[in-house]
Amino acid sequence: MSIITAAGIRVPLQTAEATSVGSPVLNIAIFGLFVAITLVIVLRASRNNKTAADYYAAGRSFTGGQNGTAIAGDYLSAASFLGIVGAIAINGYDGFLYSIGFLVAWLVALLLVAELLRNTGKFTMADVLSFRLKQRPVRIAAAITTLAVCFFYLLAQMAGAGGLVSLLLGINDRLGQSIVITVVGVLMIMYVLIGGMKGTTWVQIIKACLLIAGAFIMTIWVLALHDFNLSTLLGAAIETSGNAAITSPGLQYGVSATTRLDFLSLALALVLGTAALPHVLMRFYTVPTAKEARRSVVWAIWLIGAFYLFTLVLGYGASALIGADRIAAAPGGVNSAAPLLAYELGGSILLGLISAVAFATILAVVAGLTITAAASFAHDIYASVIRKGKVDPDGEVKVARRTVIVIGLLSIVGGIGAQGQNVAFLVALAFAVAASANLPTILYSLFWKKFNTQGAIWSMYGGLGSAILLIALSPVVSGGEKSMIQGADFSIFPLSNPGIVSIPLAFFLGWLGTVLSRTTEDPMKQAEMEVRSLTGVGAEKATDH
Amino acid sequence: MGSHPVEPDAGSGAAVDFTEVQQTEQFKELRKRHRSFVFPMAVFFLLWYFAYVLLADYAHEFMATPVFGNINVGIILGLLQFVSTFAITMWYVSYANRRLDPIAASLRHELEEAAPEVFVDPSGGKK
Repeated sequence: MSIITAAGIRVPLQTAEATSVGSPVLNIAIFGLFVAITLVIVLRASRNNKTAADYYAAGRSFTGGQNGTAIAGDYLSAASFLGIVGAIAINGYDGFLYSIGFLVAWLVALLLVAELLRNTGKFTMADVLSFRLKQRPVRIAAAITTLAVCFFYLLAQMAGAGGLVSLLLGINDRLGQSIVITVVGVLMIMYVLIGGMKGTTWVQIIKACLLIAGAFIMTIWVLALHDFNLSTLLGAAIETSGNAAITSPGLQYGVSATTRLDFLSLALALVLGTAALPHVLMRFYTVPTAKEARRSVVWAIWLIGAFYLFTLVLGYGASALIGADRIAAAPGGVNSAAPLLAYELGGSILLGLISAVAFATILAVVAGLTITAAASFAHDIYASVIRKGKVDPDGEVKVARRTVIVIGLLSIVGGIGAQGQNVAFLVALAFAVAASANLPTILYSLFWKKFNTQGAIWSMYGGLGSAILLIALSPVVSGGEKSMIQGADFSIFPLSNPGIVSIPLAFFLGWLGTVLSRTTEDPMKQAEMEVRSLTGVGAEKATDH
Repeated sequence: MGSHPVEPDAGSGAAVDFTEVQQTEQFKELRKRHRSFVFPMAVFFLLWYFAYVLLADYAHEFMATPVFGNINVGIILGLLQFVSTFAITMWYVSYANRRLDPIAASLRHELEEAAPEVFVDPSGGKK
């Protein structure tokens, strides 16, 4: 085994074991270093956590650049790094197709959501949705959809952590994996409990820099091995795989009419779901003004776009240098493409770095989801609905912190329980629920004057309910080879992505509920929301410390 | 702020007549400029994205047409999705800086001067 230095000189490298790839000890050591550094930063950041605005929104003190980097850190989960590189390595173009939806979706956030939301809300998505409608029912509905999206996303991440452990640390037994999931969960609880939004944001910024830098180095490396020519790289990938079809679409989604429709449904959920993910929306409150919210999205678009271009090179690089067969046969399957490529290029050290980044990724994403869910419970359900606003912000933050512990423990239990289950569909489900339950109400309440409470309630519960019901009746849950429940078949809905039905349905229900409602909303509130959303008047500014 | 967690901004609507502001020419102009950019642009990029998705989903042979070397129509259209996303982003930022921000800022200052007790935090930003 040899590594090639940046100057192109081959340096011999001794590896401890030839059979298992890389050194688990080194991987753990590098990850430990990341944890130590971020903990110090989180502790320092926590000194100023006094008020609710500090805890939920980091005192609105981040710049657009910092927040944009944190958004990228929040958004680029282990699934998009390991998953997309692996999907391109094995299925070629169809993996790339997947990543494009994740990027284009940010235009919805940039043009229609980010700035207006920053100007009208305070801490949560429900702040915006209930602004001019009836507080109680709309807040409850918005909090329920927020918690549902966070729960699905969180469970997918924690279950993914187990798989990553067996791949990167060589721990294959259930007990060992459970211990690692517990460690990840406890670390996450500490970050969020101590650091609040400020600490969480710094973890995401550091992780985004490491992830994008790591992917960039590997991309340059792969390109250098192929004369910095994309065509040469594609040629090498075709040669290794012996299949010219990997450079054009169809290998994964083109199998049958159902898979084609399934992809269309997924594309719809990806492009409309991103701008309605509650943990992404909450990040817009950490900046002082709408203009900084706009800058955040711009930074996020550049970073996320660059990252997906890197994954294109890395995916075909893995396909060319390692080959789809070896990737599919490795422990971890598709997800092992990026780690195997790192090992092929830079030996144990690069593999260790990439593995640590993958772990950091899970930690940062899970932390972002947890603080969002905790804020929604404490701010929307506890303070506004249970206590009817009669609670001081300190009491609210206390409840938020307790919620963090409960959610952390639940996600550890859920992660251990979901081990070995096929839960990859949960991420797609989270996007579908966000696009069906949240986006119609966000857009209607920002742009449609006549929109009212009944429309919001019908759209949110209808979108959430139909997305979950269709998934429950789909082949991912029963009746298929890889279904969650084996030995039973109640799959009457043929697609594994509900978006193509549930998203139009939720938009329709929002309209129908509104036109059938006999009550009209307060026109003063509508005027206030519109003026505030476009001018930013009275929006809470940054707090000085 | 900070004393009342329910209302996004502690019942401040009472002192300012927002419906009046909403009817001013200046505000109508701001809303028109905002919507006349973001709505057509959103329709455009969604159509362009779904045209691409449908081609990738149903026109495999067209997407596989070689252009040069191993680069085919599919790769080029895919990369163009990145280019168009970056271009729309830059376009919107420049439009917002020139056409939206000045009007929004002047309206905001007018409102804040007219009713400082409503919009300017009485505690001076101290929490």
